[in-house]
This record gives sequence, structure tokens and C-alpha cells, in this order.
Amino acid sequence: MKKRMNKTAKQNAITYGIVILAYIIMQSMLMTGHISSSLSGLLVPFCYYVILAVSLNLTVGYLGELSLGHAGFMCVGAFASVFFTKCMEDVITVSLVRFMLALLVGALVAALFGVLIGIPVLRLRGDYLAIVTLAFGEIIKNLVNVLYVGKDSSGLHFSIKDAMSLGMEPGGTTIINGPQGITGIAKDSNFTIGIVLVLLTLFIVLRLISSRDGRAIKAIRDNRIAAESIGINITKYKLMAFSVSAALAGLGGALYAHNLSTLSATPKNFGYNMSIMILVYVVLGGIGSIRGSVIAPVVLNLVLDYFLRKFQMMGDNVVLQFLSDNRMLVYAILLIALMLFSWSPKAIEWRERVFHKKQPKEAE
Amino acid sequence: MKKTVRFASAAMAATMMLSMTAMAGETFKIGGIGPISGGAAIYGQAVMNASQMAVDEINAAGGINGYQVEFSFQDDEHDAEKSVNAYNTLKDWGMQMLLGTVTSTPCIAVSAETANDNMFQLTPSGSAVESIAPENAFRVCFSDPAQGTKSAQYIGENALATKVAVIYNSSDVYSSGIYNNFATEAANQGFELVSAEAFTEDSKTDFSVQLQKAKDAGADLVFLPIYYTEASLILTQAAGMDYAPTFFGCDGLDGILTVEGFDTALAEGVMLLTPFAADASDEMTQNFVTAYKEAYTDVPNQFAADAYDGMYAIKAAAEKAGVTPDMEVSDICEAMKTAMTEITIDGLTGTGMTWTADGEPNKAPKAVVIKDGAYTAM
Amino acid sequence: MSFLNYLISGISLGSVYAIIALGYTMVYGIAKMLNFAHGDVIMVGAYTVFIATASAGLPTIPAIILSMIVCTALGMAIEKVAYRPLRNAASPLAVLITAIGVSYLLQNLALLIFGSNTKSFTSAVNFPAIKLAGGQLNITGETSVTILACVLIMIGLTLFINKTKPGQAMLAVSEDKGAAQLMGINVNGTIALTFAIGSALAAIAGVLLCSAYPSLTPYTGSMPGIKAFVAAVFGGIGSVPGAMIGGILLGIIEIFGKAYISSQMADAIVFAVLIVVLLVKPTGLMGKKIQEKV
Repeated sequence: MKKRMNKTAKQNAITYGIVILAYIIMQSMLMTGHISSSLSGLLVPFCYYVILAVSLNLTVGYLGELSLGHAGFMCVGAFASVFFTKCMEDVITVSLVRFMLALLVGALVAALFGVLIGIPVLRLRGDYLAIVTLAFGEIIKNLVNVLYVGKDSSGLHFSIKDAMSLGMEPGGTTIINGPQGITGIAKDSNFTIGIVLVLLTLFIVLRLISSRDGRAIKAIRDNRIAAESIGINITKYKLMAFSVSAALAGLGGALYAHNLSTLSATPKNFGYNMSIMILVYVVLGGIGSIRGSVIAPVVLNLVLDYFLRKFQMMGDNVVLQFLSDNRMLVYAILLIALMLFSWSPKAIEWRERVFHKKQPKEAE
Repeated sequence: MKKTVRFASAAMAATMMLSMTAMAGETFKIGGIGPISGGAAIYGQAVMNASQMAVDEINAAGGINGYQVEFSFQDDEHDAEKSVNAYNTLKDWGMQMLLGTVTSTPCIAVSAETANDNMFQLTPSGSAVESIAPENAFRVCFSDPAQGTKSAQYIGENALATKVAVIYNSSDVYSSGIYNNFATEAANQGFELVSAEAFTEDSKTDFSVQLQKAKDAGADLVFLPIYYTEASLILTQAAGMDYAPTFFGCDGLDGILTVEGFDTALAEGVMLLTPFAADASDEMTQNFVTAYKEAYTDVPNQFAADAYDGMYAIKAAAEKAGVTPDMEVSDICEAMKTAMTEITIDGLTGTGMTWTADGEPNKAPKAVVIKDGAYTAM
Repeated sequence: MSFLNYLISGISLGSVYAIIALGYTMVYGIAKMLNFAHGDVIMVGAYTVFIATASAGLPTIPAIILSMIVCTALGMAIEKVAYRPLRNAASPLAVLITAIGVSYLLQNLALLIFGSNTKSFTSAVNFPAIKLAGGQLNITGETSVTILACVLIMIGLTLFINKTKPGQAMLAVSEDKGAAQLMGINVNGTIALTFAIGSALAAIAGVLLCSAYPSLTPYTGSMPGIKAFVAAVFGGIGSVPGAMIGGILLGIIEIFGKAYISSQMADAIVFAVLIVVLLVKPTGLMGKKIQEKV
């Protein structure tokens, strides 16, 4: 038992180490200016995608439930935190303090939604649970799209119809403007804060899964009936994992929102497409492998948003040009190939035969 | 696990290899950003094709101030985050001016970045007010408020109807932006807004409820501040339920006659306020449409026309300001900002177009009505 | 009167969902996988008919048959290349993600081949509209044909599954793959057959979807696909009559939600009803109870 704990601690240390090392390399490149705009622009996105992937892995890998609504929590966190930032712009002028509070607001509101949605949803199982989380994600997106919030001297005005029904005095400002969402957001995030949040997320998730509570959660995943029969409170632990996962997704969403000057809920960024994208990171990185969830989003985003884009600038090569112009096609083929290569029993057998050694089993 | 680490470090090394900054050269480097994949690809591809066409023409005619132009277009999947990534990639390439981005929300995100770098930006079609908030950003198309207000005024002043219904896309910035301004202005006009029904990106196949409500409310004109893909469905379904009000649209409706396989008889009597019509009879439009069809087999839509005019506006402003490719990006921007307010362009989307310092174009929308399957001026 | 009109609209939208959901539920019932690419096979089917009639000048019926052949071949190819190798993978999520990859692949291939421009689909249905109450109520030909097709397919599928040898084999495979294999059933062949039938149904669904709502783009199949998936879950995924009932109910709820609550929040209403139904009846309206083994 002791030995196993040490082994886990070592594995966790490696995971933290990778993040810190990546930070040191990138930060020194940033400081010395040896970094291209496109790569430096991707650093904060790497951070929030890692946070989202790690948090979803808690639900998928440890709770053992498929959630297709993770982007919904991200959306809630993003809008709550930016709304806070917008309202407090004149009250709290120190951007770091305001941003920290905004992150907290984002995470807490998302956690609240996690509990509210988790209570009914977690009674369901398997594909039914998946479809209900998808439904919740879509509901959140739809509601945010028809939300209008304005502020004038008499306070806040809300409407779920259009800008006119806010009934604001002249001179009032619209904060959330329907599908256009929120614009003119202060860009409070940076790479250092992003990495701190990644480390915080890793700390929370890794601590949780190796704790007594975490063992209960894993017991539920492995055999619900057996876990129940030895007196584990199924609802409590399921809800715990689900709401922590939601809170961290909200944190990721808050970071996302403060990295762009505009925030709106589109099918692309907060719809089921995004939930699926995060799921792709989790599955490619390895279900239940936290380190995989750290690496997979970075590698996949590098390929999609860095290398494939750069191909276009590399001379008059027709093939590279074609690949760059059809990034999503390349992504689709890559995704299918990677899944077949990493998950098909035949491919795994073949890999083991060719490399003559058994891959060490992924850290649980 | 080792393998993943090895893969990651290999990727890292390759990343650094690619991070070379482009050299300032003997050509103008103009970038473009827009969706060329995903549901909004139709708009981005039109802009990409038409800009490339304009660049080829400009180069064949001797370039800008004697320098050739290079054009590179990056996909943003109609997403703000991807749009900023695309912008950064173009910056690494050595972009000096940006013709983009195509859609409104990504444009807001990118214009914050261009303002930061002080890079000249001209969006062909980002119509939200905030899309060109910084002073280095200009646009070719009308803004949403301008379209909404002008449409309401046109309907009111010409007494086209007494009861008006609106069908709009509540999940789209362009459509809801026009609707909000239309409804505000409608209060000042001599017609009554009897119904305003929405649809969303996720449920845009069936419009029977929206049409039924308009019909029940007795609307004799239905205002459609939406794109032609959905409008063609609305017209088909209205015909199916024997409802024949006047349909009135904005520039998004342009292109409805060229949808492959669409029965143009359904669009008979549709009115629209638009700066461009693909089958207008003037020589310039004719040449553009013929050349575009030859190169890309499709009929150009209004986005293509905006982009084509945008590229020529950049050329005119650059020539007026006398900028050269060896200048700093920021200096080019300063010179272009002034020159943009001094030029006058006769383009596809308007004659005698001028720009104000806040980036808005001055041009008169043409009101056209569809008669015998063709646009006719009203 | 407008109530009846909304009801008719709801049924016509619902019948389209139902016909897509039939293919979905069939594949799910046998292969136990969510085939996210089903909606995109529908799109391919519609494009095939569009090209065959508009460009190659084929009459409607041969074009539909051609489209069914193309979709069947496509469905079987996808199953063989992308899904079969992952059937015994360690996690069922692997094949789900691959299905999403296939969906993206089909969309982007269509974008590359057919371009992004919208095509207006000419209705393949040549059946007069039924006018009731002096023209106040209007049931379009497309609606009548779609509902008829739905019922025929539902009966056909039920008979096929319950009365024929391959159908019985499908039932056996869906109950227990291992046991079926031991009984001498060709599991791979049976699942391939399931995909073949599901894809042929997708071709028909594509034609009817685009006849009723004649706008065709590379993304035409994706949202109706998701809605049909919801419909299938609604009715109890795996149940053939459930898919039909779920589809039609979903269409009616969507239209009534738009008409009587809010047209802006139609999606939220549809999904909220789904959630309520699943909370009351966790396996859908006609789904089988899952037996818990201890």
C-alpha cells in the first residue's frame, strides 16, 4: 500500500513537473522575445483547454459517466465572471484583484449549476445521462442567447426578449446584448495566471482522486451496487465529483472569456461541438489519465491552430496549401486514425508485437 | 507514457523551428480572415475568392504604387478565438494590412488586437457597431443600425404597409442587430409592428409558426433581416400555406435568385435594400460576375462584392497615402487612416463611396424589387 | 383554427425527425453505439439525389434508388473501416469519438466537393396537398408521403426483425454478442447488415427531409441528426415504434413551444421537455427496463 502511494506521488510529481517545465521554457521565450505571435497567442488557450480536459476527465474517467454538456458549465462560468468584471470595472480598479474575484465568481456559479443539474441528471445512467447533459448544455446556450441585461442609474434591467424591452433610461449601457453577448472585455488574463490555474486544477483533481472521497468515487464507477452495499452514499459522491468538475469548467470558461475582448455563446464555442472537442482531448489523452489530459489538448491545438496554419505560408507547395486550406478535413482524418491506432485491440496488439515490450499500464 | 513525452518534445522542437519571423520584402502583404469551414463557410469562401480575384487583377495591372501584392487568407470557423489565432499567424507571416474579418463577433475580437498593434483593418462585412470600434478599423458594408433604421424609414416613407411582421434569427448578431434597430425606428413611422418572431441557428428548418403568426396578425408586409438560405425556405413555406404578403429584406437577402435549384417565381415581388445585385446590368458588375463564375463556378454573393470593393479601397487609399512595403505596420496604418477619409470609390456596392473617420461608409442603398426573376430598381 | 395548423406543422416536422430517428434507433439497438455520422449520411443521400436529378437528369425514382445504393455502400464502408476495429475496444467512448470524426469527415468532404453554396432541392414528392376546411388547413404532399413512408418503414422493420432469420439474428446480437456467436450467428455480418439497412433508410430520410425543407448544404444533416437522436432517446432508444412516436412528439413540442411560449426559446423548451420525460421515465417512452445484475 505504501509503495503504491509513493508510485502515485511520483507520477503526480512528473505531471506537475511537465507543466512547470513547459512554463519555464515558454516564459523565458516570452521574456526574451524569441516567440512568434501565433505561438504566444496560443499559450492562454492551452491553459484553459487543459483545465477543461482535466476537469472533464474527473467526470468521465473517475466518476465513469459520459457528459456531453461540459461546455455549458464553461459558458456559465464565462458569462458570470465577465458580468462580474463589467459591473465592478469602476469599483475595483486593480485588475489582478478583480480578475481573481471574477474567476472565483465564475467557478462558484458553475459549481452551483453543477449541483442543480447534477441532482436530477445523476439519477440517470449511460447514454441517457449523456443526452440529458447535452440537453442542459444546449438550454444554457439558448437562454444566454436571448438574455439582455442593461444598467442605468436606477440599477440593472433584465429581459429575455429584446433590447427595447429593457426599458432603460437614455444613457444606460447594455451589458449583455443578446446573441452579441458582452463586448469590450478587459483582457485580464495572461500566461502566468493561466499556468497557476492549471496547477490549481491539477492539485484539486489529483488530491480528490487519491483521497478517501476519491476512492469512494472510483468504487462507484467500478461497481455501483457493491459500493452501495458497503454503505457508500452514491448520490453524495456522484454529486461531489460532478460539481467539482463543473466548477473547474467554470474556471476554464472564466479564463477563456478574459482572453478575448468579446464573449458570445455560439454553437461553435459553447454548443455540444465544444463539449465533444473537450471529450476528444480526454479520450485521446487516455480516459482516467490526468497527464494525458494535460498533453492531448496542447498537442492537438498545436497541430490544428499552429502547424496547419503555418503550412499556408511555406512557399508554393500545392499539398501543404491544400492541407492548410482544409484544416478541418485533416483534423477529421487525423482523429479517426488516432482513435483507431490508440484504441483498436488489433492496433494495440500490433504495437506490442513491433515494439517487443508491453507498454506500462497508464497510471490510474 | 514516455512516448507521449517524446512526441510532445518533438512537437515543441518543430514549433520553434517554424517560429521564424517573416522578412519585410518588396511586396505588400495583405491578410484576410473568415470562416471557410463550418456552417458560415459560404460567407468566408466568397470573401476569400473575391479578394484573391481583386489581388490578381491589381497585380496584373502593375500592383499598388508599383509593388506587387501578396494575399493570404486564414480560416476562423466563425469563432472569435480562432479568429485571433488566424490573426497572429498572419502577423508572423508579415501581414501589413488586414481585409477582414468576415463575420461580426470574430471581427470585434480581432479589431481589439489590430488596435493594439495599430494595424490597418478594413472589414468587408463585419456589420455590428462594435466590429469597427477602434479608429484603425473601417468597413465596406452598412452597419446593422443603419440597415434597420433605413429599412423602417423606407417602409414608412413609401407607405408600403400598415401592418408589419418581422421574422429574425435571434441567435445571430447581424439579424438581431437589425431587428432591434428596426423595431426602435418603427415606433416613429406610420406603420404598426404586429408580430416579431424569432428562430435560432439550431431550429431553422420549419418556419410555419412564424408565418402563421404573421398571417394571423394580418401583416401585409413581412420584414426579413436574415440571410437568403433561410429566406428561400420561408418563401417556399409561405407559398405552401397560401400566404402572400410583401417580403422586404436587407443585403443578406441578396443572392436568393442564384441559389441553385431555387424556383425564382417564389421570390416574385420581394423587395430589398441592397448595395449589390449580382444580375445588375452595369458593366462593372457584369464583368465581376463573369470573371468570378469562370474562376470559382459559383455566382458571387454580396460578401464577395464587399470584399472585391474592399481590396480596391485599400489600393486607392494606399496610393493616395503613397505607402510602400518597407514602411512599419504602424506607419502604414496612420497614413491609411487619413487616406481612407479622402478617397472616393466607384465600386460594385455603390458609386461615390466615401468613408468617415469612424470607419463607416457613405453610400446609398438601392431599393430593388424582384420582377420576372430579376432585380428591378424601384 | 391556428391550433390545428400548428398541430399539422408539428406532425410534418415530427415525421421528418421520426424517419431519421428510425435509422438511428435501429443502429443503436443492434450495435449499441451512437452513430453520430448518421445525420451526415442523410446529407450525402440528399446530395446524391440532387446531383442525379439536376446534373445527370435522372428521373426521381431511379435517383432515389441510386442514392440508397450509394448510402448503403457508404454506411457499410464506414462500419468496416472505422467502427468494426473498435468494437472490442476498452472503452465504448472510443467508437463514439470515431463516429464524430466520421461526421466531420463527411461534412468537410462535402464542403470540398459540392462547395459551401446552398442548393435548393426540388421536391421529390409528386403528391397533391390535402386541403381541409375550405383551404384553411393545408397538409402538404411531402407530409403525407413522409408519414406514409414512416409507417411503412416501421411496419417493415418490425416484421423484418421479428419474422425473418437475419432479423432474429439481429435481436440475438443485440441481446448478447458473445452468446450469439456461440450459437453460430455471424456477428460481423449481422452488424454490417444493420448498418446497410440504417444507411438505406438515411437515404430515404435525406430525400424526404430535403423535399419538405428544400435547402441543402454540407451541414444540412447535422442538426436534424441531433434532434432525431433526441427523438430516439425520447421514445426509448432501440425501440422502433418508440422512434416514430418520439419523432412526431418532438416535432409537435417544438412547434407548440414556438407558437405558445416563445419562438426564441424553442430549443430550450424541446430539451427541457426531454429532460422532464427522462426524469419521469428514465428509459424513454417505450424503452425497455434495464435489468440490473448483481
